[in-house]
Amino acid sequence: MVGATRAAVKPGITARRKVTNAVMKQVFRALTYLVVAVFGGIVVYIFVRALPALSLTFITQPPRDGMLAGGVLTCIYGTVALLMLTTVFAVPLGVAAAIYVNEFIGWGKRARVIRAAVNNLAGVPSIVFGLFGLAFFVVFLEIGASLLAASLTLATVVLPIVIVSAEEALKAVPRDYRLGSAALGATRWQTISRVTLPQAAPGIITGTILSIGRIAGETAPILFTGAAFYLPRLPDHPREQFMELSYHIFAMATQSSDITKSMPIAFGTAFVLVVLVFAFNLVGILYRARLRRKRAW
Amino acid sequence: MDRSPTRYLKYALPAAMILLSFAVAGVIGWLLFWGGLAALGGQLANRVAARFIPQKTREAFVNTLITIAGYSAIVIIAFVFLFIFKEGLTAFRAVPAGEFLKKVWQPAAEVPKYGIIPLAAGTVMVTAIAMAAAIPLGLGTAIYLSEVAGSREREIVKPVVELLSAIPSVVYGLLGMIVLGDVIPRITGTPFRLNAVNGGIVLAIMLTPMLASLAEDALYSVPRSYRVAAFALGATRWETIRRTVVPAAASGVTAAILLSVARTLGETMVVLLATGNMGAFTVNPLSSVRTMTATIAIEMGDAVFGGEHYHVLFALGVVLFSITFIVNLISQVIMDRFARRLRG
Repeated sequence: MVGATRAAVKPGITARRKVTNAVMKQVFRALTYLVVAVFGGIVVYIFVRALPALSLTFITQPPRDGMLAGGVLTCIYGTVALLMLTTVFAVPLGVAAAIYVNEFIGWGKRARVIRAAVNNLAGVPSIVFGLFGLAFFVVFLEIGASLLAASLTLATVVLPIVIVSAEEALKAVPRDYRLGSAALGATRWQTISRVTLPQAAPGIITGTILSIGRIAGETAPILFTGAAFYLPRLPDHPREQFMELSYHIFAMATQSSDITKSMPIAFGTAFVLVVLVFAFNLVGILYRARLRRKRAW
Repeated sequence: MDRSPTRYLKYALPAAMILLSFAVAGVIGWLLFWGGLAALGGQLANRVAARFIPQKTREAFVNTLITIAGYSAIVIIAFVFLFIFKEGLTAFRAVPAGEFLKKVWQPAAEVPKYGIIPLAAGTVMVTAIAMAAAIPLGLGTAIYLSEVAGSREREIVKPVVELLSAIPSVVYGLLGMIVLGDVIPRITGTPFRLNAVNGGIVLAIMLTPMLASLAEDALYSVPRSYRVAAFALGATRWETIRRTVVPAAASGVTAAILLSVARTLGETMVVLLATGNMGAFTVNPLSSVRTMTATIAIEMGDAVFGGEHYHVLFALGVVLFSITFIVNLISQVIMDRFARRLRG
């Protein structure tokens, strides 16, 4: 490496090197701001295309007239119910798994195997999770295509993300705290429940919000496990099917009888979904920033 | 009467504000509700347990629960493997393996044909286009944020890039379908509104933030002393990046790229909406293609449950699972080595 650097630093071509340096910096800057501009463009475009559909009734009424008019209340309800159930299944399990890896075994072979499994689980394509949900939850466990099966499937998708973020939060708690607690005679569980977990709780909550935000718009896992094209009313039982925002976008964009009427609805739904996802991310990011400022250690 | 679309504009801001505040209030309420419920439940269970069960038993019980949870990831990935393969391998009993390597995919024909070559070609083509665009964008952003930008600029730009990755894939697919579906035929003259280039570009935009943040982590973990040494030898910023930082982070960056490739191969909603889904074999990137993931998503609804077609779709899942699993594994091995080498 030293040799390479020396080769680059030939005297006498300084002006050219300076120009190259300046040009390359601007190239990288341009690439970065291109990404930012694309982001801005996307948000503005969705908003403008959604405008004709947006009104208060859009979020307070169910669809009507063959889904070519009315709102998306049933979809919002379905999405919220789906995410709540998913949270209930995934978060306790994920946090417990993170406690096991980080507090019980730490390093070593077992931890490596579990971490590898978590990483591989995170890499499985979401449509494969959809197939798994169909084969396991819907058919094998005989749950049927329903809110319950879909949220269990989505919980398997989000579990590795929850484990990783909870582990990060636990790792951030200084070792001294645990040692201090142990020195006072606390057992391992007492240390975890009274010292480590309360300290890590804000981090775990932030991680959870961000994880749920990341899967809020996932469509592929719920395609075969419970999302419905159209339901006339709100589901009142987890064993029923449900409508969901991202699936509604897909349905409006591809399976509509009148594309000129359904396109504004598709964009309106996309806008609602993006606002929801951004809200999750915003709360998560702001909370994280506050946390960093408050952290004394 | 004012008929221009701008007549809605006066409603825009209030509507957006109301929606956003609803959403934020919803998230916070959602949090308080479940957090409160969990805390209350935990407290209650703790109180009750403390009264009736001796300390040692309680401790052993909790330890067992946590240990079981600890292995949940392994159990779940084993189950995914088991159930996908169980359903998928049945297909090989009904359909001879050679049939899969043919160039025609017609599962609904009178004599169904299950050649996955056109689907694999579609997946490979879309992924190649996506990576060709995402790698320069993602790495460029990563290098800029990690090596060039000041800390102020970084703090503003980075969350924006992160938010880009928060947009759901179905929304990206919708944009590809509507926006690029108009633009690409106009520029290139292709008769296909939806094609492999369309899906590839949309996927590239979607992947850039992920690739950027993974690559940035790799660049960030290169010790500061490397850079200082290069500067001390008189290298400019660009020379330091090109000859010192990037070579030192090369394996980490490779791992990041591989992870993104695995993500692209398995992405469903974007290709479903943006590539047109025509199943004929083609190598023309401006023609409509159908990927493996999109095929599963489209046809699973029509496949007779437990039938031949159903199992063949699971076999596609097996192929996807295996490829992404291997790519992820390679990426992890590279990443591990990278981390170990930097630690010294």
